[in-house]
Amino acid sequence: MRLKYVLSEVMVGLWRNVTMTIAMIITMAVSLTMLGAAGLMYLQVDQMKDYYYGEIEVSIFLDKEIEEEQRASIESELDAEPLVKESRYESKEEAIERFKKLFEDAPDLVDAVQVGTLPPSFRVKLHNPERFGEIYEKFKDTEGIDQIVDQRNLFEKIFKILGAIQKMALAAASVMALAALLLVANTIQVAAYSKRREVAVMKLVGASNWFIQAPFVLEAVAAGLLGALIGFGALALGKQFLLDGSLQDLTTLLTPLRWDRVLLMLPFMAGAGTLFSAITAWVTLRFYLRV
Amino acid sequence: MIRTHFSGAQYLEFASYRVDSPPVIRLEYVTKTYPKASRPSLDNVSVSIEKGDFVFFIGPSGSGKSTIIKLLLHEITPTKGKIYVNNRDVTALRSWKRPAFRRSIGCVFQDFRLLPNRTAYENVAFALEVIGKTKAVARRVVPEVLELVGLGGKEHRYPQELSGGEQQRVAVARAFVNKPLILLADEPTGNLDPDTSTEIMRLLDRINRTGTTVVMVTHDSNIVNQMRRRVIEIESGRIVRDQARGVYG
Repeated sequence: MRLKYVLSEVMVGLWRNVTMTIAMIITMAVSLTMLGAAGLMYLQVDQMKDYYYGEIEVSIFLDKEIEEEQRASIESELDAEPLVKESRYESKEEAIERFKKLFEDAPDLVDAVQVGTLPPSFRVKLHNPERFGEIYEKFKDTEGIDQIVDQRNLFEKIFKILGAIQKMALAAASVMALAALLLVANTIQVAAYSKRREVAVMKLVGASNWFIQAPFVLEAVAAGLLGALIGFGALALGKQFLLDGSLQDLTTLLTPLRWDRVLLMLPFMAGAGTLFSAITAWVTLRFYLRV
Repeated sequence: MIRTHFSGAQYLEFASYRVDSPPVIRLEYVTKTYPKASRPSLDNVSVSIEKGDFVFFIGPSGSGKSTIIKLLLHEITPTKGKIYVNNRDVTALRSWKRPAFRRSIGCVFQDFRLLPNRTAYENVAFALEVIGKTKAVARRVVPEVLELVGLGGKEHRYPQELSGGEQQRVAVARAFVNKPLILLADEPTGNLDPDTSTEIMRLLDRINRTGTTVVMVTHDSNIVNQMRRRVIEIESGRIVRDQARGVYG
């Protein structure tokens, strides 16, 4: 009986003020989508770091007209270097092949490149990518070496951009969350006002505090849960149609986003949505009902 | 074997316990000063009310008589002094224990405080259901109580379909349905004509005869004179008269 009473009160409460309820759920959903996206990025950047730091290479570009014996001496020097895990030579022809493959979508660009445009290079993997500086110092003045490029710099830039996007998402999420929670507080106030007679009688006859508060708190929790579900839906659609759809090219740069990670955001968003709504409702009631 | 034999000493102890059975309500040197008030609403008031008593608190508006109701409901706490209800120190009652405490007290007001969108039956049943009683209990008890207050046959009327006197009967039924130890009445006849007031008083008298202690705050002199019950007169927060079978003024 009690559960049925409480649940029917929740439904009535949400319907009584349906425009406000919708506004509350929408802001909650947007906020939670942002939160979920930020959470996903956090997981993803971590994964990308693990992945890319394993793959990271130092590119040592050689002079285009390098002599074979010079090249051989650099190669043996690299092989003897204890910092180097492995090194691989890429000839001019191989460089063109790779370039063609990389840019096969842009034939104009491929046509513009001829053998000889791209320099030969050594692709070097280090035991510890952080110690790039030592390699750089050692080889920068070696005859026949044109340029030494650390791929890590490139990735750092990408991670910085991702970090900035993540921070922006978090900032947007917290601003939206503030708006959502203010709407929750307002909705609860309106609900408490429209039920003031019932509440007064309940207090008078000695209904327990939780019994008086539960319908209001659950009303907020229901809205929070609904917001989380909608937000999760938006996140899933984003993954389906943006990351796997129109932005698919990005996934060659970013590591692909797995569905289980997206799914992991559901309890996270639902938890955050319901918890913060419940706390807001409860605090509002403490001021408003003084039970 | 059940022991039915008491020794003399045990009997005396039992008898003296009966005589000294603690009063159901006890105010000890109670002072209540509202914040920002220049003088206290209640000033060092001590009263003791026995179980089954019927007591009027009378006095002009603002004399502090309604403050007593609020104190007994634990709506407010005294600035100084102690209040005991059923031998329990109400002043030490923590607010989370207030609901359980209130279940032993029924209360009716001048403005009835009924829920307009519920019938007489539902108003009374509501008081049961919100303290966790089942619908089955309500179905058994509520018609009984409505019969007792003289509303048999009008269970399914809404408050606006009832006269003032009938609405107050619903309120009394709601206050009494939990079989409280004490019934508090704050000007229950304030909105009623003299004949209806008399009927409500008969009802309260009947409830009092079931053993329920009735504490009524009023400034209706006719009522007080008719009833000839204990009268405690308050003026400017002090008790100026306490008479066993008193009249008004």
